[in-house]
Amino acid sequence: MADQPALPDPTRTFFTAAERACVRAISARLIPSDDTGPGAEEADVVTFIDRQLAGFYGRGERWYTKGPFSEGTEQQGYQFESPPAGLYRKALAALDAHCRRTHEGKAFDELGAEVQDGILTAMEEGELEFEGVAATAFFELVLDNTIEGFFSDPIYGGNRDMVGWRLVGFPGARYDYRDYLDHDGKRLDIPPVGLAGRPEWKTP
Amino acid sequence: MAKKLPPVDVVLVGFGWTGAIMAQELTEAGLQVLALERGGWRDTPTHFPTTVAPDELRFYWRHEMFQDTARETLTFRNNDSQTALPMRRWGSFLPGSGVGGSGVHWNGQTFRFLPSDFVAASHNTDRYGPLPEGMTVQDYGVTYDELETHFDRFEKLCGIGGKAGNLRGALQAGGNPFEGRRSDDYPNPPMEMTFAQKQFGMAARELGLNPFPAPSANMSRPYTNPLGVQLAPCTYCGFCEKYGCGNYSKAIPQTTILPVLMGKHNFTLKTHNEVLEITRDSSGRRATGVTHVDVHGEVFEQPAEIVILCAYPLQNARLMMLSGIGRTYDPRSGEGLVGKNYCYQVVSSVDVFYEDRYTNQFVGAGALGMVIDEYNGDNFDHAGLGFIGGGYLACWTTNARPIETHRTPEGTPEWGAGWKKAVKENFLKSTGVSTHGASMAYAQNRLDLDPTYTDVYGRPLLRMTYDFTPNDRAMTAYLTERATEIAKRMGGREIKVNAREGAYDSMPYQTTHNTGGTIMGSTPANSVVNRYLQSWDVPNLFVMGAGVFPQNAGYNPTGTVAALTYWAAEAIKSRYLPDPGPMVRA
Repeated sequence: MADQPALPDPTRTFFTAAERACVRAISARLIPSDDTGPGAEEADVVTFIDRQLAGFYGRGERWYTKGPFSEGTEQQGYQFESPPAGLYRKALAALDAHCRRTHEGKAFDELGAEVQDGILTAMEEGELEFEGVAATAFFELVLDNTIEGFFSDPIYGGNRDMVGWRLVGFPGARYDYRDYLDHDGKRLDIPPVGLAGRPEWKTP
Repeated sequence: MAKKLPPVDVVLVGFGWTGAIMAQELTEAGLQVLALERGGWRDTPTHFPTTVAPDELRFYWRHEMFQDTARETLTFRNNDSQTALPMRRWGSFLPGSGVGGSGVHWNGQTFRFLPSDFVAASHNTDRYGPLPEGMTVQDYGVTYDELETHFDRFEKLCGIGGKAGNLRGALQAGGNPFEGRRSDDYPNPPMEMTFAQKQFGMAARELGLNPFPAPSANMSRPYTNPLGVQLAPCTYCGFCEKYGCGNYSKAIPQTTILPVLMGKHNFTLKTHNEVLEITRDSSGRRATGVTHVDVHGEVFEQPAEIVILCAYPLQNARLMMLSGIGRTYDPRSGEGLVGKNYCYQVVSSVDVFYEDRYTNQFVGAGALGMVIDEYNGDNFDHAGLGFIGGGYLACWTTNARPIETHRTPEGTPEWGAGWKKAVKENFLKSTGVSTHGASMAYAQNRLDLDPTYTDVYGRPLLRMTYDFTPNDRAMTAYLTERATEIAKRMGGREIKVNAREGAYDSMPYQTTHNTGGTIMGSTPANSVVNRYLQSWDVPNLFVMGAGVFPQNAGYNPTGTVAALTYWAAEAIKSRYLPDPGPMVRA
């Protein structure tokens, strides 16, 4: 596994334009942009998820994918036949159909924030059932991936300009904090740095 | 037809901590040693230098350091009424793969078990009466005193930083007053503590407890070990567990043994070679070697005088079953021993949130912590409590890796504006007290072969049947209450209790401390291996690792795993080689 390239190929994508718009809208509700700071939108979480789904993660290449498949208990974890990319495709189609049927032909990303939150809550709490795909499992997956895209190193396409790290104060991919051991509970203001440096380091 | 290779004296199956220790010891004795590792070669500058290692997504969430579940996993169920299903990705525990094994991505928390942990059955029976029905706890068959010099060797190999609490019988202020008698202090001083540990220490002392610095395999200063291998001081970067250390600051096989071992003429390592079976002669009482398969699918027969299983405990148990050595445990009849007494670790935590103080947890290290041991093992009176055993409580500052570690107060929503605000406000201003509870063996918890699911070679997966037991539940409730008492006194604005309740869940990460399945003991009737980790059935087969623990204690296992390995190596050199055969008469 170590021989595989670590970075997803930025030219490879998975989502259709409609899927991308929907996931972008979902992630923007999960981590909204508001007066506490930038959210999933500014972090470009949707690009992160798109690249992940186009790569080994989306294809489930490091997951055990042999059958037979059955639902299992809560304690047995992910048991769907589809790897993550397939689950997204099915669930996004089902979500789109649900939204258009119940909201006068509109797609998820065309709905207001409160309506969107209501749909996401219904998915989270299992009140919404999709044909042939578990809405709750999809919600959990997209929430996990959104948090990953907000906080992972910017080399993966999300956390753009390290907005996720800046929001919480994480200094990033540093490797020596010995000078700060005696911080004694005081705030440290250390600007973040990523594995590929900082945008301003790049020569024009 | 398998290609037959030239014979060797010793073949090691798996090449992590126990494989590296065994290889070093047995090559020193002049034996020709071959290690077979199914994963790849890994070293610091190539695979996890400082410019690569701090990558949370790649190494933890995308599992780059771990066994590849696409090739092989295990199946899991809580109890016999359920159908076990494959763990399609790792969750609650993270077995490693490749050279160094799980020893590459550990935190470095390096404890010794208590003297009473090794005699858990007799000690607790003497003090509290018979064990409850269904509890299958037993003595290890080896004592703390017998292992003491071996603990000491591992601590010196690794450059463990800590403070002795019991030096040759004399209690030492600032150390753990409950620990077994030590022949020597730690080779290095404790790590530097940060704000959170100071708050924990103050709160614990107010309660009359004796906090001490955690024994750490993250270097507190530059260190040259007895093999002449150098380690560099830890830089507190907060990427230990689940990561390789880019700084040569964490004791792993690569930073302690391999630089010396790899150049030896009588040592050979083959990576990307998976052992399929332990082969035996027609009597079934003698191992003739192993068969293994390379990446091209070619199968080899490797003859050896001695076979030593050094893989992860779950793998060692599975290989015994796949090779038909010993009988697999069946809880209905109570017969069979391979797979018996699978145990884990019962952990919980209490978060502390500060209003205007910063814990700055990115300044952290895997074994940076203050610990109290008043509620571990039998360090306290269990009369009327309804359980045996216990665990340590600790305030660790291991990391602020943000995907994994973003504590939020009670009542915070899981997503949306409320979640985001809480994460922002508390990210740098929180810590926790964790409890690290023992796991006592019960008749129903076990490992066997799955009837349905198979690995990449079509062989049955291991099946785990496991849930928390009445002892675990009573113990973790008690430990969590004690942790809450300390957490409340640490000067925070509020706390949040994360109790361990409900069925064991195989998905949220808890700890990679899987034990049992190839247990040690005093007779062939109660154990797979004898006190020297030698198979009762096949005397030239040895089994290393935490699989030999009859039950798990309230400490991290690596220190005891390594001490047992040195103990077994010593027995092989001094007793087995001069007179090959069973070292304990049944």
